Amino acid sequence: MGCGTSVATEPQEERVEPDDTVKSPSPALTMKAAILIQRWYRRYMARLEMRRRYTWNIFQSIEYAGEQDQLQLSSFFSFMLDNFTQLNGNRSDLISQLLNPVVDPWLDRETCYKLIPVPESYTGPRLSFPLSVSDTNALLSAFKEQQTLHARYVLQLLYETKKLLKQMPNITHLSTSYTNEITICGDLHGRLDDLLLIFYKNGLPSAQTPYVFNGDFVDRGKKSVEVVSLLFAYLLLYPDYMHLNRGNHEDHIMNLRYGFTKEVMQKYKTHGREILQLFQDVFSLLPIATVIDGKILIVHGGISDQTDLDFLSSVDRHKVKSALRFPRRSVEQLDIGHSCKRMRLAAGSHPSSHSKNQRTPNQRRRCGHSRQDSAASTSSSSSTSSSSSSFCSPRTPSCLSPRPRPSSPSMPYTINVLQVPYLDSLSSVPPPAPPQHDREWKQVVDILWSDPKTQEGCSPNTFRGGGCYFGPDVTRRLLLRHGLQLLIRSHECKQEGYELCHGGKVITIFSASNYYEEGSNRGAYIKVGRELVPRFYQYQVSRTTRKLTLTQRVRAAEGSALKALKEKLFTHRSELLSGLQQYDQNNTGCVSVSEWTQVFESVLRLDLPWRTLRPHLARLAPDGSVDYQSCFEDMEPGIPLTQMTPNLADTLFRYRTDIEIIFNIIDKDHSGLISIEEFRHTWCLFSAHLGVDIDDRAIDDLARSIDFNKDGSIDFTEFLDAFRVVHKLDNKEQQLNGKAAGRKCS
Amino acid sequence: MTEKKQSAEAMEPDVHKKIKAAFKAFDYESNNKVDVREIGTVIYSLGCFPTQADLHDIIAGVEEDHTGYITLDKFLPAMTKVLLEHKFPPIPEDLLLQAFEVLDKEKKGYLEPEELTKHMTQEGELFTQEEMEEMLTALADHEDNFVYYKDLISQLTIDPDM
Repeated sequence: MGCGTSVATEPQEERVEPDDTVKSPSPALTMKAAILIQRWYRRYMARLEMRRRYTWNIFQSIEYAGEQDQLQLSSFFSFMLDNFTQLNGNRSDLISQLLNPVVDPWLDRETCYKLIPVPESYTGPRLSFPLSVSDTNALLSAFKEQQTLHARYVLQLLYETKKLLKQMPNITHLSTSYTNEITICGDLHGRLDDLLLIFYKNGLPSAQTPYVFNGDFVDRGKKSVEVVSLLFAYLLLYPDYMHLNRGNHEDHIMNLRYGFTKEVMQKYKTHGREILQLFQDVFSLLPIATVIDGKILIVHGGISDQTDLDFLSSVDRHKVKSALRFPRRSVEQLDIGHSCKRMRLAAGSHPSSHSKNQRTPNQRRRCGHSRQDSAASTSSSSSTSSSSSSFCSPRTPSCLSPRPRPSSPSMPYTINVLQVPYLDSLSSVPPPAPPQHDREWKQVVDILWSDPKTQEGCSPNTFRGGGCYFGPDVTRRLLLRHGLQLLIRSHECKQEGYELCHGGKVITIFSASNYYEEGSNRGAYIKVGRELVPRFYQYQVSRTTRKLTLTQRVRAAEGSALKALKEKLFTHRSELLSGLQQYDQNNTGCVSVSEWTQVFESVLRLDLPWRTLRPHLARLAPDGSVDYQSCFEDMEPGIPLTQMTPNLADTLFRYRTDIEIIFNIIDKDHSGLISIEEFRHTWCLFSAHLGVDIDDRAIDDLARSIDFNKDGSIDFTEFLDAFRVVHKLDNKEQQLNGKAAGRKCS
Repeated sequence: MTEKKQSAEAMEPDVHKKIKAAFKAFDYESNNKVDVREIGTVIYSLGCFPTQADLHDIIAGVEEDHTGYITLDKFLPAMTKVLLEHKFPPIPEDLLLQAFEVLDKEKKGYLEPEELTKHMTQEGELFTQEEMEEMLTALADHEDNFVYYKDLISQLTIDPDM
């Protein structure tokens, strides 16, 4: 160890003499060599850790930024429902089914699934109710072999689950005195492999192995149907040993965007809608909390300073069908013209909660502000196109746009909706809502959406749009008030699968390993016995049989994160370029690193270490300044786009997923085609909602420039393909990897 | 001498930004404090190759007594000095190669995992078992488990400048 310092100050090592090859090197020399290698290796690992960290930051920032898009989409749906279906006069389309569900008596009748024939050729599991262990085993082996459960059984399973859940209270109370240790799992997000791994490591649900699954069973992963079928099957088999909490993704509007709806419609072409309808009911009937021995509270998101477990026990939980469909407003908020002006004023003087000084640690990790804000500020003077005024109808809105919550500063995303001029003409106002509904909604949403933060206090979770950031004092008070000692929650991905905070009083448990990318994180579950001391078990699903080194995993994750980030750059290209060009009046194509960082930070609003990431994103000119055009050179649109303003192109790229969802909804018969008329109307609505000033004619030209049938319909898959970002280097890389042979250990 | 000082001063603002960015990555609570156990990673990521002993010296100079944290106020000037004076320069590839060759007494061109383990865990600034396992997983060839150090060095020293 004493040699350490001398190695550092001596730049030159003793050179190995040719004679030394015959005799062994001196112990001193060997030690010096060892130290050198250790020094080098430790630094190498530290650098790797740094890269892993910023890769994580990228994924998380983009994920949270994406959630804001979700809010926008949901408010758009509310808005569209009012206008689009009114125009059509046809209420049987998917939107109204999904967003304004009318209890369909036919679906409730027991005979609905019995009418569905199961062909002889079906080789999947045939369930018989009430379920037995052989049924759940059949499901397990079927899903392991990639089989799909027949729609009839899915419906029956859901129907039975709905019946069971109706009898359950909002809060499940468990005791460790009758059972062995209880296993608590977090988010699964459709990852069947993770669920199977948990069952393998820990045992199938049984009297000896009771489970609590803490929400977010669906969305994002590709096997949400399988995951949730297994969970519900075990729930029916062992209602005393299997317990489910609702998560924020057990919500039909979230499902529209995050993949569950799509997965169901793809797997069940004929009965998909019925299945989704039943899922909606079942999700809203899931209990919202579990308490063990009166001491450990388990909820999906978290709590707020208003959380009251006694009140929560009494609410009608199923009335909160979606956190993103806000309850009926009271009178003041519906004074639209007046509040519109208030919103605009508020927008102007809105305290920049996105300025760095005021950020809470959680906010620091997330998008600086909502995208709507930038849209609002850039086109506050946008006039509605004449076609959209035809949608304006002075009638009572049957569903509602988001309202500002009294306890929070005006939410940026409401501004856009209220600014849309044709709402001003709405004259009639629905009767005021009883305050009870609002309180119910808020309490449930708080449970499902909140996140803990390190600073004291409770502030609205403006990024998620619902729920709060709750500090250690909030936790302390709640635990004290209800005689609890621990809060277990999920909702946030953690690198090790779990994380403690608030002095160990709050545990986050997350069970979907490799959530962002292969190797990005572990999954974990908790076991807790009579002594109520949690024990953590970690795992990671591996797609390859060969164990990946940390280096390989970091490199893979990093590559994936950077790709996602570059797509973000591409979809904001025109904004970025105009920002950069302000610093480059002489059109040299270069700006300083500081200027580059400044522009990227302010346009993209992702809290990322831009300076550190710069080498991955842009080239330097010989004089050390940034050649900013190099940021965009390895990406291109799916097909060449002519005659399009940069503004329109960017918007289409950015909202491609949302547009796809909307098209799928309009396309009632799943033909893949929508009419030009429908396309135009939808686009006008959407762009007006976004506050983007788009010329009608530009849209028409665009539609026509994509091949379409002579009968005036658009193949929207083709249309959307144009707006898929293509990475030019993908092909190149594949060629290079093919060439690389020989020993490559990392 | 004055020239050298001037150019160092000119670089200071950039150096400060670099240090702050690296620091911020581990400042979870945004209160300009980093856990002392993670400051080593920050220092390494700024382009330095200190030994453990060097790290201990730096930390001793900046640690807030008994809190387990290091504040940016103290870290920034200390680290700036380290960077401007190029105190812990990178290990040149050929030097690293020689170091491996020293350990490879029989000049086989590779090291057996047992050999490497013995040196890393028993000499110098000892590796923990965890570090050793990770190193072997990262460096050992998948088929024969030998560490072919010549190939590794060029692969593993290339990564973008942070």
